Amino acid sequence: MSKVYNKIESVTGNVITVKAEGIRYNELAQINTRFGKSLAQVNKIDGDVVSLQVFAGGKGVSTGDEVRFLGHEMRVSFSDDLIGRIFNGSGEPRDKGPALSENMQPIGGPSVNPTKRILANRMMRTNIPMIDMFNTLVVSQKLPIFSISGEPYNQLLARIALQAEADVIVLGGMGLKYDDFLYFKEELSNGGALSKTVMFIHTASDPTVECMMIPDMALAVAEQFALQNKDVLVLLTDMTNFADAMKEIAITQEQVPSNRGYPGDLYSQLAARYEKAVDFNDSGSVTVLAVTTMPGDDVTHPVPDNTGYITEGQYYLKGGRIEPFGSLSRLKQNVNGKTRKDHRALMDSMIRMYSSYKETLEKKNMDFSMSRWDEKLLKYGKLFEDKLMDLSVNLTLEQALDLGWKILAECFEKDETGIKSDLTDEFWPK
Amino acid sequence: MTDTKGKVLSVNGNLVSVRFDGNVSMNELCYVIVDGTRLKSEVIRIRGDIAQIQVYEMTGGIKCGDEVEFDGDMLSAQLGPGLLGQIYDGLQNPLPALAEQAGWFLQRGVYAEGLDSEKKWEFTPTAKVGDTLRAGEYIGTVPEGPFTHKIFVPFYLLGNYKLKSIAEKGEYTVNETVAVITDERGREINISMSFKWPVKRAVDCYSERLAPVETMETKVRLIDSLFPVAKGGTYCIPGPFGAGKTVLQHTTSKYADVDIVIIAACGERAGEVVETLTEFPELTDPKTGRSLMERTIIICNTSSMPVASREASVYTSVTLAEYYRQMGLNVLLLADSTSRWAQALREMSGRLEEIPGEEAFPAYLESYIAAFYERAGYVRLPDGTTGSVTIGGTVSPAGGNFEEPVTQATLKVVGAFHGLSRERSDARKYPAIDPLISWSKYKCVIDPAKSSFFKSMIFHGSEIDSMMKVVGEEGTSLEDYIVYLKSEVLDSVYLQQNSFDLVESNCGTVRQRYVTDKLVYVLGSDYSLDNKDDARDFFNRVRQRFIDWNYTEFESDAFKNAECEIDALYNEGKGKTTREAELLLKGGE
Repeated sequence: MSKVYNKIESVTGNVITVKAEGIRYNELAQINTRFGKSLAQVNKIDGDVVSLQVFAGGKGVSTGDEVRFLGHEMRVSFSDDLIGRIFNGSGEPRDKGPALSENMQPIGGPSVNPTKRILANRMMRTNIPMIDMFNTLVVSQKLPIFSISGEPYNQLLARIALQAEADVIVLGGMGLKYDDFLYFKEELSNGGALSKTVMFIHTASDPTVECMMIPDMALAVAEQFALQNKDVLVLLTDMTNFADAMKEIAITQEQVPSNRGYPGDLYSQLAARYEKAVDFNDSGSVTVLAVTTMPGDDVTHPVPDNTGYITEGQYYLKGGRIEPFGSLSRLKQNVNGKTRKDHRALMDSMIRMYSSYKETLEKKNMDFSMSRWDEKLLKYGKLFEDKLMDLSVNLTLEQALDLGWKILAECFEKDETGIKSDLTDEFWPK
Repeated sequence: MTDTKGKVLSVNGNLVSVRFDGNVSMNELCYVIVDGTRLKSEVIRIRGDIAQIQVYEMTGGIKCGDEVEFDGDMLSAQLGPGLLGQIYDGLQNPLPALAEQAGWFLQRGVYAEGLDSEKKWEFTPTAKVGDTLRAGEYIGTVPEGPFTHKIFVPFYLLGNYKLKSIAEKGEYTVNETVAVITDERGREINISMSFKWPVKRAVDCYSERLAPVETMETKVRLIDSLFPVAKGGTYCIPGPFGAGKTVLQHTTSKYADVDIVIIAACGERAGEVVETLTEFPELTDPKTGRSLMERTIIICNTSSMPVASREASVYTSVTLAEYYRQMGLNVLLLADSTSRWAQALREMSGRLEEIPGEEAFPAYLESYIAAFYERAGYVRLPDGTTGSVTIGGTVSPAGGNFEEPVTQATLKVVGAFHGLSRERSDARKYPAIDPLISWSKYKCVIDPAKSSFFKSMIFHGSEIDSMMKVVGEEGTSLEDYIVYLKSEVLDSVYLQQNSFDLVESNCGTVRQRYVTDKLVYVLGSDYSLDNKDDARDFFNRVRQRFIDWNYTEFESDAFKNAECEIDALYNEGKGKTTREAELLLKGGE
């Protein structure tokens, strides 16, 4: 039933047009070029002129190449066989394993009925104190990791993949450097997490259109696992590359740009992906952590700005550490009241002390004389940064809380902490 | 459904072009039929025999030549008893009903009636056979939750009608005929308890529009005392992400002194809607003592739902608000966020290849925003009673910059501006409304002279603060330093308010006036303070006393004790009221 056409009317960037009839919007086609086969997706129909974005890119496409319409939209195979596998943005294997074709599921499906969601109220442990203790990640939360190029955001993601308390991890890489791809592969297999991970990887040298498919593929798979009562953690890196890929296609198709060249629907497009984070009322959940690099460390750049309006807080990765001040988990109140009774008080007090430490540090840099209290703060700040903020720290929440008390006790007297006495009586190290 | 038929010509995102035969009207509803599924759409441009339509659903799978049916009507809301407590999407489909039909996901092409057609309502006739009636007058009532729901002669009927017959008191469904009226030519029209009204037209069945004069209490001190909102007025809350727009709206929806609250979650997070859905049924409305959900309608078109119905959702919400206003009720519509609505307009405009205005928003953005806010108002109804629709919209400016088109277009038409600032929210000051940039044209609950006294104190304090950043504390005179400290006290004990504490978050007018007088008295006094350290200590203690006072139940013993402590501290500081404060306090009596 598939229709074959042999005449490509135009090629502009990654977009080609074909004269064809009875073609459906968003339908897939396969195009045979001299470099091999590639998928293409219909993204505009105007009478009998059909525009397609070619996954492998427009380079080398000849006007005489064969276009075969497949009669269905982009899909992804879903089964437990996915676990441990690595695919590209077209859904083809990137490892040496077999291609999968059973139980094909559409990607980019409809959104969840809000009445079928439940209030996010379960903690997702990552064993990273700066997350668990200070900005708790909550099941079904969507959080970006705001960062800049050069920061160890992929290392952070890999650690989270290894340590997080999730049944399934889906990793979506967009515009990854090849080294980073190898790094993820190696870290996850060394750490033994490959057995619960599915990877969809687009590297920087792969065609742009495939980059746009990665989040939808990853999230469609995650959603299916969630419907099987699993808690799924989706890790995406880097969403700015995804937005840039959209920008590229939009400009190619002569869409009116809105802000710094990005298409007017940037917000809706990002939201459609992030809103896939969900806790189903009688099944599993999807939690999304997505790296968003900020060009020029500018949080008002359209990508981080729109992201901030969509997500439930953000982690701010700066200087190789999760900054306690810029970071915020909006949902932490839902869970940190029922972990351990000293959690909130200790969190508040330690952050307040750390902020005083920062002030003292400023004074010290300006060569002011240091009081006894300042000395205490300096000692505290150093301990806090080394023992809790360092990304390599791997502690359960309870261990981190105990360590927090120990650090406080090493530097201060009980009544200097501003914590209620019934808590200090119980938890202060003897 | 009309005889007009069409065929799909082109598809670009959610914009579809259709060649039609017969007549088509602007904004008419139509359905694209894809493999037997009917996708609701709206005509947004007509050129010759080609209509361009925006599809309210995802458009994947549509092909050239697919059939299109035209409905003849514009997008309408179904009005009648049973709207309260509902959760609708932007097209007035009840979401729980959709979940029953389609399960976890919002499957496209699945629609449900806005009102339950099987539920029976207790109808009591009030009009008599032979009465002359006009649109917007009522013929009977139905109890709905704590309210008396009026059954109207449909708003779209023009001219005078005579009541021919009316049903006995009894139980009827919303679609059963409860009355028959005849027009001037004797034609009979059946009236049921529900009817449809096109959402993009304002309901105008009132005798006159009045100026909004009565203040709408929100129980938020900073709003009620400094930047108030009137019943029937409009206000906007622009702010960068994370500044607390939604939390502020959430608090307002709980405590505002109105009869009905309509929450339009337009292009925002689904999680926030779930929070409201979980929390509201558990809370009680202080006015009626019943569940807060009974006075609330939620229209929810979250960010991942199709963009065209996001555009429709604000109109659906305001139509429901106008309907309840016609019953003489005060309705508050909270739209969160109007920027997402404007972005929906921008997306469609881009697809229509219109010449873009600033930041690619369409040129008609301002007039659309103005027309939307103008649907708020305080009106006298045909029966002499009054009702109001108040609209409060949040704005999410790109990069937190208020110079952008949506914020600017909104500021032109609203009566109050509550600008949230990043500095205040970063300093964890809630609400993060910046007193230096915000304004209101309405009447505040406290004496306006005291309100200006507060504003000038804050203004003066911030001037000294910025000066101090340059010359340091040493270079500031003690006198100025004290002004600065006083403004800090005012900020932390009156402008800031803890929304998590039950007593503190619910600060009524009487209490606001009482506390204001105390503050004018304490902050409008001179003290014998010798140096800056003493001054700082003293005002820190003042602040602490006031904060403790805020957390006590109004007029309780604890309240009185805390007040005595403030007085004691005042005497300790040898306070002496200034002439300005004395005059202010006298004027208040």
